Amino acid sequence: MSRHRRTATNALQHLLLLAAILLLWEAAVRLFDVPQIVLPTPSSILQALIGLLGSSTFYRHLVVTLGEILAGFGLGAVGGTVLGVVIGLSPTMYRLLFPYVVAFETMPKVAIAPIIVVWAGYGMTSKVIITALIAFFPLLANTVMGLRSAPREQIEMLVAATASRWQVFHMVQFRHALPQIFTGLDIAIVLSVIGAIVGEFVGARAGLGYLILQYNFNFNIAGTFAVLFILSAIGIVLHWIVASLHTRIVFWVEHDALHREA
Amino acid sequence: MRDALSQTAPGPDMLAISGLTKRYAGRGGEGVLALSDVDLSIARGQFISVVGPSGCGKSTLLKILSGILERSAGEIRLDGRPMSGPDPRVGLVFQAPQLLPWLTVTENILVPARVQKLDLRAARARAAELIEMVGLTPFATSYPRELSGGMQQRVGICRALIHDPELLLMDEPFGALDAMTRETMNNELQRIWASSGKTVMLITHSIPEAVYLADRVIVMTPRPGRIVDDIAVDLPRARTLEMHNTPEFGRHVARIRRHFNSEGTLDA
Ligand SMILES: Nc1ncnc2c1ncn2[C@@H]1O[C@H](COP(=O)(O)OP(=O)(O)OP(=O)(O)O)[C@@H](O)[C@H]1O
Ligand SMILES: [Mg+2]
Repeated sequence: MSRHRRTATNALQHLLLLAAILLLWEAAVRLFDVPQIVLPTPSSILQALIGLLGSSTFYRHLVVTLGEILAGFGLGAVGGTVLGVVIGLSPTMYRLLFPYVVAFETMPKVAIAPIIVVWAGYGMTSKVIITALIAFFPLLANTVMGLRSAPREQIEMLVAATASRWQVFHMVQFRHALPQIFTGLDIAIVLSVIGAIVGEFVGARAGLGYLILQYNFNFNIAGTFAVLFILSAIGIVLHWIVASLHTRIVFWVEHDALHREA
Repeated sequence: MRDALSQTAPGPDMLAISGLTKRYAGRGGEGVLALSDVDLSIARGQFISVVGPSGCGKSTLLKILSGILERSAGEIRLDGRPMSGPDPRVGLVFQAPQLLPWLTVTENILVPARVQKLDLRAARARAAELIEMVGLTPFATSYPRELSGGMQQRVGICRALIHDPELLLMDEPFGALDAMTRETMNNELQRIWASSGKTVMLITHSIPEAVYLADRVIVMTPRPGRIVDDIAVDLPRARTLEMHNTPEFGRHVARIRRHFNSEGTLDA
């Protein structure tokens, strides 16, 4: 079978499975007369989704949440990578700072959310901070580990060629850290969506998390599901962007079995 | 060819090592004495091989000469000038070629040129020449993963030569290759050496390889690492594989092997 045909068949299988699940769901809800406020049918969720996409307030909330996710992710990722470079390159910094990193790492960051909201208020700032904190650690840990993964002989090869500390860093060590940094980015982008929503749950005046609370409060469960759907779509798109940058930039690593097979 | 040059040229020494000692700091406090009071002089353009059982300090010697490792005591002069730390007049070839997987063959070869901020246009032209010399022109823009082990090692040798070093240091460059490829690479190295006039120090586990390529074979023994023999190999240049079967060749091999009969750690 050609590669093209195989992809088409795969897609068809997925669609069939999805259709079967949705049909079963719709049928079960109708058959057992489940109230809409407990579990809405797929068709009513679709209706809510269409309504949502047609209203201008939705886009106001979407922009707020997207802004929080991207700003928090950006700050956290850059901060985590920079501190990761400092800790990964300096044995002294590693010895002094890494215990704190581990201690913070184990702390559930969402538990700090209420304090951050108290400190930074109900606006976007508090969500950006929470998201940045959550995105920070995967990048920090992965950068430190990635920098240490450079083979010693490659570093020695550069040193023997009279390379400076900086040349060794950007010509070998950072390159070797890139695959792990991208793994960190992928974890961080998904966590960033969670961070922004949790922040909004704790206290906000706008955003998709705020919208979920509103709908829930009004027993608009179909609306809640519609927002959930939007959120996972955001997550999937962001993950996809990171993943395609990953394969494009870290082109020298075989990314998965599929690649090798092709 | 350079028969006359390699065997007669007295000239000033390219490399002069005296009293070189290396003690690795160890857990036990006194550490490991890897090199003890090593004296060695190599004439310009000479090809010397270093053999010795595992752990006798061959790699340690090479790492100190390439500036990767600090020495504990002793003096090293390169072309008359004292050496301290990495030196652009030295080129280094490892057992594993250590190519950077994100760079093409040409870009890998250019790494020392970039590090030393040489004129890249000239370096590119030189890289193309070196690639041509080792027969890899069709692979100039390939990535290392597309090359065989022997081809990668040839790229590693080109990289060590890109900045036109005067001293080429090689640590078991062909140890990972199969016997056939190894013979091909030996002849290639002989050709490169003959046409470039470099001073070469080759570390190897193979006594025949050491004899085949070298003007002189240095024999080391461990605990502590020191030089126990220094054998002039007067076989004519250019050498051919058939010379392996001559009595002179056998005589050299036997003399070297005598040092290790008790140790029994060297390859045949
Ligand atoms: N980083 C190090 N720290 C402590 N001891 C070391 C270190 N590197 C090497 N040694 C010791 O120094 C001695 C010489 O090691 P070296 O690697 O130079 O040997 P070699 O002759 O290259 O051996 P081989 O033929 O196996 O490559 C050995 O006893 C080894 O255990
Ligand atoms: Mg060694």
